Amino acid sequence: MAALSAERRRSSLSGWSGRSIIGVLLVVFVLFFAVPIVWLLLAVTKSSKTLVVAHPFSPGSWSAFVANWHQLFDFQDGAVTTWIGNSALYAIGALVITLLVSIPAGYALALTEFKLRQALLVLTLVVMLIPSTALVLPIFLELNSVGLIGSPLSVILPMSFFPFGVYLTYIYFSTSIPRDILAAARIDGCNGFQVFTRVALPLAAPIVALVAFFSFVQNWNNFFLPFVMLPSSDGYPIQVGLTSLLAATPAFNPSSAGSDSVQLPTLALGTIVSILPVLIVFLFSQRFLVAGMTAGGTKE
Amino acid sequence: MTLAPSSDQLTVDASRGRRSRRGGGKPAGRASARSPIGYVFVSPYALLTIAFGIVPSLYAVLLAFTNADGGFAGFDNFTKVIDDFRFWPAVFHVTIYLVIWLLGLVVFVVGLALMVHAIGVRWVSTTLRFVYYLPGALAGASSILLWLFVLDPTASPVSGLLSAMGFDSFVQVIQPGNLPAIFAIIAFWTGAGGWIIIMYGALNNISTEVIEAARIDGANAVQIALRIQLPMLRKWVAYMGVMSLAAGTQLFVEPQLLSQASNAVVPNDYSLNQLAYQYAFQQNDFNGAAAISLILLVVALLLSWVFVTRGGLFEKE
Repeated sequence: MAALSAERRRSSLSGWSGRSIIGVLLVVFVLFFAVPIVWLLLAVTKSSKTLVVAHPFSPGSWSAFVANWHQLFDFQDGAVTTWIGNSALYAIGALVITLLVSIPAGYALALTEFKLRQALLVLTLVVMLIPSTALVLPIFLELNSVGLIGSPLSVILPMSFFPFGVYLTYIYFSTSIPRDILAAARIDGCNGFQVFTRVALPLAAPIVALVAFFSFVQNWNNFFLPFVMLPSSDGYPIQVGLTSLLAATPAFNPSSAGSDSVQLPTLALGTIVSILPVLIVFLFSQRFLVAGMTAGGTKE
Repeated sequence: MTLAPSSDQLTVDASRGRRSRRGGGKPAGRASARSPIGYVFVSPYALLTIAFGIVPSLYAVLLAFTNADGGFAGFDNFTKVIDDFRFWPAVFHVTIYLVIWLLGLVVFVVGLALMVHAIGVRWVSTTLRFVYYLPGALAGASSILLWLFVLDPTASPVSGLLSAMGFDSFVQVIQPGNLPAIFAIIAFWTGAGGWIIIMYGALNNISTEVIEAARIDGANAVQIALRIQLPMLRKWVAYMGVMSLAAGTQLFVEPQLLSQASNAVVPNDYSLNQLAYQYAFQQNDFNGAAAISLILLVVALLLSWVFVTRGGLFEKE
């Protein structure tokens, strides 16, 4: 067992053969996860011809990128710009309502007593288990009966309902806020509302950011809800707009070889543009996110 | 992707529920008890819950049991959709997809988390987790579009691999028999990284003394992984199962886009959710659509319930 005692750091399989198997497996998965993204980033710098002819991982040219860019943003007189604007409106609108609604609710569930508190908590857990897409058609019927279909509210309001955010906030306030601090604030003369805004809320900044992040990503990437609620292309968010781009790509839809057709590299650029905001948020919040997700993983 | 509450948090919640059930008293330390502020703070959320949780569910139930004129229809809508020639194939497609996806998810996520966790060099493990997590930024239609490229041998970055497997055209790749695996791969590609990070966190939570004791007793790394780390991940695997299963039954965007991109080589009623969509928007039969939605909802909740009770998700250790 000399090999074992030599290993001060945690190392899984002892012996080089075990390690190389693990090494190979880990690298295979790195390739699996990274290759499509790397390829996509290179694809947008190629013309549709070089995309097929040249080596998949060769870089293209700046001029080809500019041409793709123009083709994308000229598509249907700038429809892509409209779609991105819509996405931003829906995602941020729902995000703001989500925060205004979820944070106080989670706080109240954790730290105050009221009738039906337990019922609301159980209901939150149950709704969290229901996949959001399962309710899309019933919500369509409901909003249809009140005449909201096609309006931005038909996507913003359902997306604002985010029980997971309430649950996260509830957990945070019931485990991580010392009750003494809140009691002290009350003794110092704060009323219930001031205790929340002046003491609890500043302490809850990390959880507010976490809820905001998840809400934003989920809203931005939502496909089924806007697909069902918004009948006109003017109202599409970019995720639904991508289907229009796809429909205009002759490589995937031969009947579309018209004047406004989209080439493969342009479609690739559309894909990147559609995820750019999420990607930026991801990259900037990576460290904090991982910390948040593994919050249960570090014991004090 | 959805993220998990930590096991501590689940335990806290369970113990609280138990305490109030048993004792009936309110938990200690709820300082501002009987203040009306509780009502003010939860009422907007309660309103949204009613509007977008309870009312649509009840409305779906109502529609599923009535006919187009609003009269009571009993189980007619259910027998109608179940007798539909497209129903059982859709059930079959979704089931096969779920089996492949869930098996792959559990095996690879747990395996990768154990392996990444065993790496001693810090920057390597951090980098690996980041790379695995990155595709999570692409979800919904964007990830499907990217995979359309990957699966199309004319443009694919892995065209060599595809032709080595005997695929020379896009239509060959998306043969019906391949679809469950393809959808499973796409879902794994976007979702697995987040779960790997969660499992990694859970592994960090296992005290080093336990591992050390096992090592002194002569357990090798594989034995430690199988006998100690794996059982301690049980709750997390169950949680991943619930969330993924419930979400997986709702398969929609993947077959929808693939159907569009393949000129209907992939049918647009491939999954149950697509069939519900067809009922609502092609046949104007909202009652039939509601029946399918309700079946999906009940199945998702039942399966979740099985996982929750079997996996001991809300149990105190």
